[in-house]
Amino acid sequence: MSKTFTCSQITKGKVDCAEALVSKDAICFYLVEPETGIVKERNHDALGKCVVGKILIMPSGKGSSVVQLDGLYKLMKRDNAPAAIVVQEADTVLVAAAAAMELPMVHRVDPEFFQEVQTGMKLSLDADAGVITIL
Amino acid sequence: MKLTGYEQDILDGKYGEGMAYALGIQVAIGNAFDADCFVPITRTHVALSAQDADLWFAEKLLSKGAKCKIPPTVNPSINLKYLNDHLFEIPEEGVNIVSATNEAYRKLGAQLTFNCTPYLQQNVPAYGEVIAFSESSATPYVNSVIGARTNREGSNSALCAAVTGMVPRYGLLLDENRKAEIEVDVQAKIESDFDYQILGWCYPEKYKGLEIPIFRGIKKRPTPEGFMNFGAQLNTSGCVSMYHIEGITPEAPTFEAAVGNKKIKEVITITEQDLADTRQRLCREPKKIDFAMFGCPHITINQVATIARVCEGRKFKVPVWLLVSSLTKELAVRMGYNAIIQRAGGHIVSDTCIDVPPCWQPYYHGVGVTDSPKCAYYNEIRDIEFIIRPIEEAVEAAIIGEVLK
Repeated sequence: MSKTFTCSQITKGKVDCAEALVSKDAICFYLVEPETGIVKERNHDALGKCVVGKILIMPSGKGSSVVQLDGLYKLMKRDNAPAAIVVQEADTVLVAAAAAMELPMVHRVDPEFFQEVQTGMKLSLDADAGVITIL
Repeated sequence: MKLTGYEQDILDGKYGEGMAYALGIQVAIGNAFDADCFVPITRTHVALSAQDADLWFAEKLLSKGAKCKIPPTVNPSINLKYLNDHLFEIPEEGVNIVSATNEAYRKLGAQLTFNCTPYLQQNVPAYGEVIAFSESSATPYVNSVIGARTNREGSNSALCAAVTGMVPRYGLLLDENRKAEIEVDVQAKIESDFDYQILGWCYPEKYKGLEIPIFRGIKKRPTPEGFMNFGAQLNTSGCVSMYHIEGITPEAPTFEAAVGNKKIKEVITITEQDLADTRQRLCREPKKIDFAMFGCPHITINQVATIARVCEGRKFKVPVWLLVSSLTKELAVRMGYNAIIQRAGGHIVSDTCIDVPPCWQPYYHGVGVTDSPKCAYYNEIRDIEFIIRPIEEAVEAAIIGEVLK
């Protein structure tokens, strides 16, 4: 049984089906290895997990103003970027990075979504229509 | 967003493709944050980084004919000549990207200051001034310590603002969003500049939300360096673009004034034990070191003086690097600190960042000592292990080649 949740678009885009990666900690893309897409940050909830092609669900971005853009760019250049990002609280640095890279990103998701979604679940996301579905 | 005729004309390309592209990105940001309109700015600072994405974005703007309306000051990258002369031959790839980035920014009309503390020299805003500053130590400093108004811009969004001369009005530009919602009860003694490094790292570990905190219980006004350390760590360990210190920062003359019409959502207590735990986790165990690095953010002339005082007449066992602005370097030469530090075997280098590869390649997989948790954090990816200690202790460690305790 699939279940659909509403959200608001930050940047445009659509993902038909991708795995969820839920991180309790904010992600700094600079500390994700560009060659593998694996999170390398010490003491991080997603340490050792791979972001490639995933729909990332995280509380927010973090890290200095340069590193998010460069981290994402390096992943993107190697086709190792996430498929989309779902944030609970958007910050300018992350939004500007995603906008420059044309990565789909949404926020203001139905709170129930965060209770149900788990790493490994298959999701679809349509930023333009403002819907996320747990497939 | 409500756009004026002029802004719509920009978007429609009447002022060139570069302006249209820059404003387009800013409109997306404005929409994401429910901005109602654009407002003019009078200063910008861009965290130039000479990394792949930075060059890609600057050249993209340039190829579209963009020119900065408000010339931004810029962050450091690599002083190619000094490091070639004194460290190693910078690989060609590094030379090329640094040179190309400098050239792109120069042509965009940036002021090539190459310094990450513009709020202390060269681009100091006034209280209430609306500006667009990127750079993680700068944003909390200008908002909190000075009372100027900027959102936590990205290097690319700040560069867009420099090009268009305006920013979407949202977030920290609005009075109500500058009020405190988290009360931080500091029950520990906070005195030295290093205490602010630890407190700045500790708070986001205890509370991850983006609401503005007000710190209570700090009795003594921090030094400029203390403030600089505090903001840099708050905004690296977490995502804190603004904070208040009761009775000290300008928008918190009293607790009530800082809170305004908002309600305190949570009270976070920070004890001596919390700080000791953070220090334990963060600062690492004593061991032998390969080098020492100071200057994330760029150290001030006062910090240079402290280092000179400790090392005067002595010799370093490992290479020591002090990263400063070109103005601070000139001052260090004039005041004799440069000579003292050079005689001890150390280097004061301008225009250079701890975090622009491949600058510090000889130290990859090595162990360093620094006073800055931010310096340590950004070098994890390059497998440089940093032991973190107060400046004086770190200098002593560089003299014997080992952190003893």
